Amino acid sequence: MLGFLKQPVVVTAEINLNLVALTVIGLVSRMWALSYPTAVVFDEVYYGQFVSLYMKRIFFVDDSGPPFGHMLLAFGGYLGGFDGNFLWNRIGAEYSMNVPVWSLRLLPALTGALCVPLAYQILVELHFSHCAALGAALLILFENSLITQSRLMLLESVLIFFILLAVLSYLKFYNLQKCSPFTAGWWFWLLLTGVACSCAVGVKYMGLFTYLLLLAIAGVHAWHLIGDQTLSNVSVLGHLLARGIALVVIPVAMYLSFFYIHLTLLYRSGPHDQIMTSAFQASLEGGLARITQGQPLEVAYGSQITLRNVLGKPMPCWLHSHKNTYPIRYENGRGSSHQQQVTCYPFKDVNNWWIVKDPGMQQLVVSNPPRPIRHGHIVQLVHGITTRYLNTHDVAAPLSPHSQEISCYVDYNISMPAQNLWRVEIVNRESDTDVWKTILSEVRFVHVNTSAVLKLSGASLPEWGYRQLEVIGEKLSKGYHQSMLWNVEEHRYGKSQEQKEREVELHSPTQADISKNLSFMARFTELQWKILTLKNEETEHKYSSSPLDWITMDTNIAYWLHPTSGAQIHLIGNVLTWASANVATLVYVCLFLWYLLRRRRKICDIPEDAWWIWVAAGGLCVGGWAVNYIPFFMMEKTLFLYHYLPALTFQILLIPIVLQHLSDHVFRSQLPKNTFSALMVAWFSSIYLVYRTFSPLTYGKPALSAAELRDLRWKDTWDILIRKQ
Amino acid sequence: MRRNGAPLPAMPYGADSFSLGAVRGGARRVGARMTLAARCCQAETGPRCGGLRQRRSRRPAGGPNRPCPAPRSWAPLEAPVGVWAPLAIVTLLSFASRFYRLSEPPHVCWDETHFGKMGSYYINRTFFFDVHPPLGKMLIGLAGYLSGYNGTFPFQKPGDRYEHHNYIGMRGFCAFLGSCLVPFAYLTVLELSKSLSAALLAASILIFDTGCITLSQYILLDPILMFFLMGAVLSMVKYNSCADRPFSARWWFWLNLTGVNLAGAIGVKFVGLFVVLLVGLNTVYDLWKLLGDLSLSLVTLGKHLLARVFCLILLPLALYTTQFAVHFAVLNKSGPGDGFFSSAFQSRLIGNNLHNVSVPEHLAYGSVITMKNLRMAGGYLHSHWHLYPEGVGARQQQVTAYLHKDSNNLWIIKKHDSNTADHLDPASSVEFVRHGDVIRLEHKETSRNLHSHQHEAPMTRKHFQVTGYGINGTGDSNDFWRIEVVGRKAGKRIKVLRSQIRLIHLATGCILGSSGKTLPKWGWEQVEVTCTPYVKDTPNALWNIEDHINPKLPNISLDVLKPSFPEILLESHMVMIRGNSGLKPKENEVTSKPWHWPINYQGLRFSGINETDYRVYLLGNPVIWWLNLVTIGLYLLMAICTTVAIKRGVQLTAELKELSKVLLHCGGQIMLGWLLHYLPFFMMGRVLYFHHYFPAMLFSSMLTGITWDTLLKFCVEHLSCSVRRRVYPYGMLTLMLLIVFSFYLFHPLSYGMVGPMASDPKSPMAGLRWLESWEF
Repeated sequence: MLGFLKQPVVVTAEINLNLVALTVIGLVSRMWALSYPTAVVFDEVYYGQFVSLYMKRIFFVDDSGPPFGHMLLAFGGYLGGFDGNFLWNRIGAEYSMNVPVWSLRLLPALTGALCVPLAYQILVELHFSHCAALGAALLILFENSLITQSRLMLLESVLIFFILLAVLSYLKFYNLQKCSPFTAGWWFWLLLTGVACSCAVGVKYMGLFTYLLLLAIAGVHAWHLIGDQTLSNVSVLGHLLARGIALVVIPVAMYLSFFYIHLTLLYRSGPHDQIMTSAFQASLEGGLARITQGQPLEVAYGSQITLRNVLGKPMPCWLHSHKNTYPIRYENGRGSSHQQQVTCYPFKDVNNWWIVKDPGMQQLVVSNPPRPIRHGHIVQLVHGITTRYLNTHDVAAPLSPHSQEISCYVDYNISMPAQNLWRVEIVNRESDTDVWKTILSEVRFVHVNTSAVLKLSGASLPEWGYRQLEVIGEKLSKGYHQSMLWNVEEHRYGKSQEQKEREVELHSPTQADISKNLSFMARFTELQWKILTLKNEETEHKYSSSPLDWITMDTNIAYWLHPTSGAQIHLIGNVLTWASANVATLVYVCLFLWYLLRRRRKICDIPEDAWWIWVAAGGLCVGGWAVNYIPFFMMEKTLFLYHYLPALTFQILLIPIVLQHLSDHVFRSQLPKNTFSALMVAWFSSIYLVYRTFSPLTYGKPALSAAELRDLRWKDTWDILIRKQ
Repeated sequence: MRRNGAPLPAMPYGADSFSLGAVRGGARRVGARMTLAARCCQAETGPRCGGLRQRRSRRPAGGPNRPCPAPRSWAPLEAPVGVWAPLAIVTLLSFASRFYRLSEPPHVCWDETHFGKMGSYYINRTFFFDVHPPLGKMLIGLAGYLSGYNGTFPFQKPGDRYEHHNYIGMRGFCAFLGSCLVPFAYLTVLELSKSLSAALLAASILIFDTGCITLSQYILLDPILMFFLMGAVLSMVKYNSCADRPFSARWWFWLNLTGVNLAGAIGVKFVGLFVVLLVGLNTVYDLWKLLGDLSLSLVTLGKHLLARVFCLILLPLALYTTQFAVHFAVLNKSGPGDGFFSSAFQSRLIGNNLHNVSVPEHLAYGSVITMKNLRMAGGYLHSHWHLYPEGVGARQQQVTAYLHKDSNNLWIIKKHDSNTADHLDPASSVEFVRHGDVIRLEHKETSRNLHSHQHEAPMTRKHFQVTGYGINGTGDSNDFWRIEVVGRKAGKRIKVLRSQIRLIHLATGCILGSSGKTLPKWGWEQVEVTCTPYVKDTPNALWNIEDHINPKLPNISLDVLKPSFPEILLESHMVMIRGNSGLKPKENEVTSKPWHWPINYQGLRFSGINETDYRVYLLGNPVIWWLNLVTIGLYLLMAICTTVAIKRGVQLTAELKELSKVLLHCGGQIMLGWLLHYLPFFMMGRVLYFHHYFPAMLFSSMLTGITWDTLLKFCVEHLSCSVRRRVYPYGMLTLMLLIVFSFYLFHPLSYGMVGPMASDPKSPMAGLRWLESWEF
């Protein structure tokens, strides 16, 4: 009965103390005095506002990336009990008591610290020695720029963590592939690769490039698998399917789920509503939904409407007119029709209201039953306040002389006839008899006489037009552009023929709430598209730099300066590490080409397995560096030094790889082991020294004197702030 | 490709290499699965390149045990006729279709307004600036000159009538080059696939494509570009095919011709770089194969490498440079493009105010000057009445760099502490400006001083803003600048044109420079001028004095440093690159997107809009283009299936192996060409047009020929005897008929439409507007 006691209960645990020690030091280095400074540091001012909006559940659009990263930061705020009440307006502003600085910065610091053991394991999985792995971990540990970036509420360290995690889990998976496919461990690492990839992409779009690199590597490995004729067709198919699901389907699903959570969390209308279409806005609580709720769905003759331009660039605006007329002569001497101005106005205004009129009838009210307008119908648009008709004619538009002027027709002082018939063309119709619907239908107005199309030109009028946006009649309507599309936003059925009809109250609802029509996929598509196409006006920042400056670290970023003392935080890297990483890359590429050409001539300098390890390590590290760096040359957005950090991480991993290869294969005979080790120790101690030297700028304390700061300016191009006495 | 073993007796190029007639009935047919595919294309497994030559000798072996007799329609003809007849027919049709109604419409169409004008500039020897390299326009000019056009037509805007001016010569030249594309494509496909019907299919696609016809009929760069491009591809394929006899005369001939065509292609437009890339990749692959061949010594390898370096790099470079030498030699008169170039460059041009210039030699106080930035394509220091907008630094008058000559470029140089009146007084003596003096620059038109202060510059945030400040020349101490000459000692005078000067802001110590960034709309898209706090000796921060007006000083003739040829070559490239990157689409402007192109989404109006006009519309023949589009998908599918099958170790018959080799290797080359000529456009920021797709379309058409030919042969391989004899010929016939019929439907697009638009049922194009986005 007690037989099981005959055997002792044994728990065998294998703990790599290196790894534990590295993790602990990593945590200490990243989390020491984490809540110092208790002030807004650099981009915290940017991410902070989104955290606040999450806390308040207010919808926003951020063009810098997908929402997962923001959500993680907001999770930190949630854990710390942040209520979102802080005005994120200025770098250097002191945090108030209600901001849980420590927990907001906790997650980036944790992920940043975990990069150290990840680097260690990656090198082990690449079949390099524990010594090399230790080296890689130490290099990451003593990299000032990574530390700075981890200790603040920023997203790069989270991104790097997920990238390294994806790489590590793919390597683990691939190493298991040879001995035990389809085991639990194999599945775990495979799935983790997919999950980590999608998290990386979800934090920042830069993660996409590493994901593509891993997909390419997985593709090459799968290709070898296909060529393996010892496997049956079925098992090859199984392998491919498993990879397809884990590396493609799951990341896509995860990515969608980030947006799902994002849209579920943020249900209140907020500051960026205007960017979105009317339909999207109507799905948010408050804002437009409050106005549009209960308005009639089908636009009919006699409807009172506001027309919003679908493109909304350079800013969202509504078709507008006012009493003022076009100047008789423009500055350049060209003449105008001198009729009432029609513009596009970026604010809600009573002058944005138009009435749809049947050209055959005089009345401006909706008949009973309402006669809905369908695709192809001819209408007149009457400006509500001035009761003038929307008109266009063969007069050049004020700022776009190749297009026609749009005016509201003034019937006295007639020099040209009224041409005020417009054909309604519903672009997103399902059939040719579709009814024009509020919010949902995107409509083109084609002028009947000249077939010009009503269009927002995007130019803003001079002083006489109150800087409102120009609206033109596009004669050469080359294809479809969103600037020619309009949708009805606010809508009510006109009741009174009198001029006071502006005050007519809303009718009772005739249709169900429109927001229910918008599915998650429609909202996702729109939000995703807006994120990708939204352009920031900001052209250049004081600390922005070009990618070429990054390799040699010719630039730095001042993150924070103490209001009184000289204490400051900079994004500045460990110069020695950066230089060594560049050298390592160069050595790798040269050696690789040399081996490659020689192998082609059937001369093998290194054993076959060493060669394949060398190729795999280089493909991953040099490839990772290249895919995270080269795309920046093609980007037109404002770039900063911190964009280089993911690439740098890969480049750092290459240093121990090259060193071990050199000591194992190249200098084996020439250089005694001792000399090599001595050199290594010297080199590592200098890296540590450089780290120590710059750590006041990394941690923001202790405060340095002006002379000490001047000594730290190792390069002329560095911007180190020195207080004038 | 080099397996072909024993060297063959050299035969004259021509008849024998196209001896498709010899293909029927291969020697290896030993009663096994004899198929049509084997007979019509690659009877022998081994040779693919020189292989055709051998087939002739093997022909007698053909015949005895043939299960299905060869259908007649694809059965090749007798050797000499079989070679020349299709080529002749194809060429004839091509020329006929391109030259038909060449003179219509007799007015300027679309971009003829640019390229015709530039042709005229060459005839008139007037200097101009264009974003494309000069070869294409020089050839147009030459064609015009030879055909008796005198260069007097102004080419002002599309729609202008030519009247008595002789424009046919230029159009004819372009049409001639455009017609050559078809035989080139025919020969390329023939060489790659060794299949007459594939070649004929590709050729007929190009003959009957309305887009290719339209694009070849006007004075444009595209037919010239495509001529060189296809020439390069053809000669590359040809020299690959004689890889078995390296360093033979033919090999050298085709290798050199490739280089010449490459030089031509980049000489017409920079898009030619893509074909350079294609040839480059092909060469790298070629060298890689040679490197793996251990029977070749390193010396031989070196020879191979050197031959390619010489023919494909040095030769094109030399030719390309020559084009520019001719360009600069021909254009020696001042013209509309002067302002884009440096002072030194302009001094070469007859009629420019800097040519044989005579100005006061030394800079003096009170002089009216213009200052030109020394960076490549740098502008003149400029200001105008407009202010910086709100939120961009201080709301003061804008100071920019402007590329054109303008009265707003004039500045008056003054002492920092003295009044305006002093220098205007004729009695006062002239005082020269010296190195290290502190001066003030007053803008002549607006009487504001050049000013800087510690506000961020509009684009380059690390620099300080430069403004125009003060009223009638009275400003503050932020208007003071120290003038310095590079490499000069204090107290020396400053020379006009030759001194490189630097203006240092006295209060902040920053240096006046031009960042080269284009300002947004509020700045009229002129170039930003900043004051940089980083003291570096870059040309951005250096200026020279160009105009110098001072009535009190005597003018002396200056023999200005004439720039050397490499300098002007480099400078004109910088200016071209800047011009190209400046062609950005404006917001809210409808532009053509690369994804529109392969689906033939929207064409370009070449001429006419209204019902009464003679309308020409550049649009691909939709049937052909959609066939091409489908074929790309089909090709990918076939290629994937084949590679996977081979990788999985499926045993293929000899015929199938040969077919898959054609599919993967030859088709792959063409596919690569298509990708290289299409994908880069997705990354381009500049304004794009539909006609940019046509080089890629050439590759796509050739791919269609190869893919359908291979597909039909694959089908033949797997069908029973009774069906197989029909599939191939009928398939090909259907495709051809489809192409010809669609051409019959759509030919008015190219040859002109008059009368009602297609929406009108009475129009000849009624019912043919298959997509709403087509505008005819």
